[in-house]
Amino acid sequence: MGEKYVLQMIDIKKEYYGNKVLKGINLNLKPGEIMTLVGENGAGKSTLMNILFGMEQIRNTGGFSGKILFDGKEASISAPEDAIRLGIGMVHQEFMLLPGFTITENIKLNREILKPGILSRIFGKRLSRLDRETMGQDARRSLDKIGLNIREDEPVSGLPVGYMQFVEIARELDKSNMKLIVFDEPTAVLTEVESQRLLDTMKKIASEGVAVIFISHKLDEVMEVSDTIMILRDGEHIKTVNKEDTDVIALAELMVGRGIDAGSIAPKRNFDDSDIILSIGHLSVDMPGEAVKDFSLNVRRGEIIGLGGLAGQGKIGVSNGILGIYPAEGTVSFHGSPLPLNSPLQVLKKSVAFVSEDRKNVGLILNESIEQNIAVGALRVKGRFLKKYGPFTQVDTKARRENAHRMIKDFQIKCVSERQHVADLSGGNQQKVCLAKALTMEPELLFVSEPTRGIDIGAKQVVLDHLVQLNREKGVTIIMTSSELKELRSVCDRIAIVTDGKLETILTPYAGDVEFGLAMSGARKLAETQDEEMKK
Amino acid sequence: MKEYGKKILRENVVTIVFAVLCVLGFIASGQTFSYVLSEVASRLFRNFGLVFSLVIPVIAGIGLNFGIVLGAMAAQAALIFVTHWRIQGIMALIIAAAICTPLAILFGFLLGKLFNKTKGQEMITGMIAGYFANGLYQMFFLVLIGTLIPLTDERIMIYTGVGIKDTLKLEDSVINALDNIWKVRLDILSRPLFEAAAVILILLAAGTIRKKAPGWKEKLAAYGVYGAGLAAAVLLCIFNPSVSFAMKFTTVPMVPMILMILIGLLVNSILRTKLGQDFRAIGSNMKVAASAGINVDKTRITAIILSTILAAWGQIIFLQNIGNFTTYSSHEKVGLFAVAAILVGGASTKKATIRQGVIGIILFHTLFVIAPLAGKALLNDAAYGEYFREAISYGVITLSLVLHISSRVRKKVRK
Repeated sequence: MGEKYVLQMIDIKKEYYGNKVLKGINLNLKPGEIMTLVGENGAGKSTLMNILFGMEQIRNTGGFSGKILFDGKEASISAPEDAIRLGIGMVHQEFMLLPGFTITENIKLNREILKPGILSRIFGKRLSRLDRETMGQDARRSLDKIGLNIREDEPVSGLPVGYMQFVEIARELDKSNMKLIVFDEPTAVLTEVESQRLLDTMKKIASEGVAVIFISHKLDEVMEVSDTIMILRDGEHIKTVNKEDTDVIALAELMVGRGIDAGSIAPKRNFDDSDIILSIGHLSVDMPGEAVKDFSLNVRRGEIIGLGGLAGQGKIGVSNGILGIYPAEGTVSFHGSPLPLNSPLQVLKKSVAFVSEDRKNVGLILNESIEQNIAVGALRVKGRFLKKYGPFTQVDTKARRENAHRMIKDFQIKCVSERQHVADLSGGNQQKVCLAKALTMEPELLFVSEPTRGIDIGAKQVVLDHLVQLNREKGVTIIMTSSELKELRSVCDRIAIVTDGKLETILTPYAGDVEFGLAMSGARKLAETQDEEMKK
Repeated sequence: MKEYGKKILRENVVTIVFAVLCVLGFIASGQTFSYVLSEVASRLFRNFGLVFSLVIPVIAGIGLNFGIVLGAMAAQAALIFVTHWRIQGIMALIIAAAICTPLAILFGFLLGKLFNKTKGQEMITGMIAGYFANGLYQMFFLVLIGTLIPLTDERIMIYTGVGIKDTLKLEDSVINALDNIWKVRLDILSRPLFEAAAVILILLAAGTIRKKAPGWKEKLAAYGVYGAGLAAAVLLCIFNPSVSFAMKFTTVPMVPMILMILIGLLVNSILRTKLGQDFRAIGSNMKVAASAGINVDKTRITAIILSTILAAWGQIIFLQNIGNFTTYSSHEKVGLFAVAAILVGGASTKKATIRQGVIGIILFHTLFVIAPLAGKALLNDAAYGEYFREAISYGVITLSLVLHISSRVRKKVRK
């Protein structure tokens, strides 16, 4: 053995209902080592960490296979409490802090130091008073450890966002037997200066013998801080490398590199760059988890443009913001005239349609019939399928049914009849209903968001073929958001990569894996300097 | 400073509006100060328990607990039995408290279980649970007593021999049993009270200066304002003839007052314990609290049990002062009036303190006393005032909920 590991995860495998998400991962971590996990969304990073923490969703879905050794002994971690007891801590991506509490109270949450009082003598330990003085001293000590010079009795709500992450770190450090801390994309919300401080803190913690697992998409940070880098892709353990033996470009390639054969890339077409159908300027969208900050893009008439990028970077927020589903700010003009934001009906009335990524809540009315779901948008927005009697209107059931029949045939929707509830359909057929609904609105511009998420391969191809057909035959301009790069490259004329809520770059589907990898991890600039150095 | 003033004004808009209404109503009613003061004092010392019982659930994030109606029912059931047993004097109240406490614990436990299944809708759930429990209560005392449960007692039962009368008078020696133990005229009591208040204020201010915790200047300023208010009150008592007469006219029931202070202190010291810290944690964010290992559901049930017990005791204190109650409806409005009172005192669905409870009772019941009189003086019909105060109770609850939600929305939009 030679060296002693603090954590070893051996041949970890995990299935979700027959779908293999981890295919034999091996991880060895020494005390004081910083290991980074890199990989696209769905590569298996969070599943691996959930296993390490004994999260409920792992147990509820049939557990996992493989062994975890902690401090050389086999550990069975079946609940987060077990992980905490072993000395595994976690700094979360979204803050797990109580805003109204002081820093001390947050650091000591549910680990308060107690002293007996009158009530506790009568009613037991839970009515002990808090020893605030000692709690404050403890908090001070761990704040000092990471060099955070703020008052421990300040409430967290008044702190700048960047400090909150540090309070979380202080909380983990305050736990007495901390041996391993997992940082789950901690720099996602930080400014550059704050990120730098966080990385320094991480190094400092590691230098004191605590092992660190760092999850990040930002390859420049990864290169700065890691000792070893583990690359996951599609649940497979691709490689674990030492930092010295690699560089950003190699990492980017390893991360994305699943390639696409030249034949399935969308054929090249020419567009008039001055014929802009939709112009998005400085769009900001307050969509939780998918915030958009200052995003600008021009869409040319007749093209299919893809919005790609990693989850949480804001690509999904763009279409949701323009359609008014989440509060948005900025200027969006359609055919040169401004499109009102925060008003879905106004947008829909202008021949813009939207197929939402949230099929079950936004896209469909689950307990309504297929025919009603297909018709509802056009009925409400365009007044189609209505018979008018003076001021009164009535639904034209015959026209609605004929339309449904046509759509069911066109899209090959598998159903018993047009009156079946959409809730009874499979995911793929539900998605076809969503597309049929959008199509019935006869849009000029169509937003589709994650059109193939959660549907089987056969249905995927039908959906994609229909989008292309719609574009070629009816001239509908399509803005397609997708997490699947391969899918974007097989359909789109251009692919805009959204990183950190902004437009990172626009690539053609012919661009290489490295370019996509670098754009999505926001490390293009670093790679450029690396290139220049090589040239010298 | 201007910003700070604006903030104070915005946060206390309900309280300020009520204070203004009280002054205007007082002028319009043409009543003497002594009448209003003595009425409000007696209402303060009988309503505090019900209002204080609302504080803990708000802090624990459950919101305004309309379920305290169940506590009131437990108290009434206990009082019906001690009346049946003809227990006399203060003993009757002690035994009633002893009977209703386990009942309240049971009701609180069930209510807590229910609230845990309806997180986010506790207020409406509490109200409906109150109606539902009222049905069971009526079935028990109106149908089962005298049929399934053999009981004969002409004094408290309907002449048919089935069911309890719809108005129940407590035994004469039980009425005001707590109040009558020890009564002191307010002008005599006021001196030690003022002195104690001054000493406490000075100690608090000294402590604040010593610690210099964040926000200590604002705190100190607030103490200054209280001090000025105290001084003004002292001066008024000495130099204003109508005030000093009112002080002589008003007597204070000492035992309820001491109970009020004790229960207030009890609630505040529970909030300072580990349990209180857990209440605040789950009230702030259930997810974060749970990830720190706090058992959220259990803590919520504890909060509701405590609230229900306090409400039951509060209802006993309330009814011994009134002397009789309408068996099937006197608990119905308990939740409504207690909630309205604490809201008037400046509480919200997210924040509540004992102090807000006291201020709320004083303002809300001043208006209660004055409104019918003002209605009579202005419109020559006391009924208008009656309608007015009913409308006000519902109005203030609605207003407070709307203000709370709109401030939350505003915060979100600004972000």
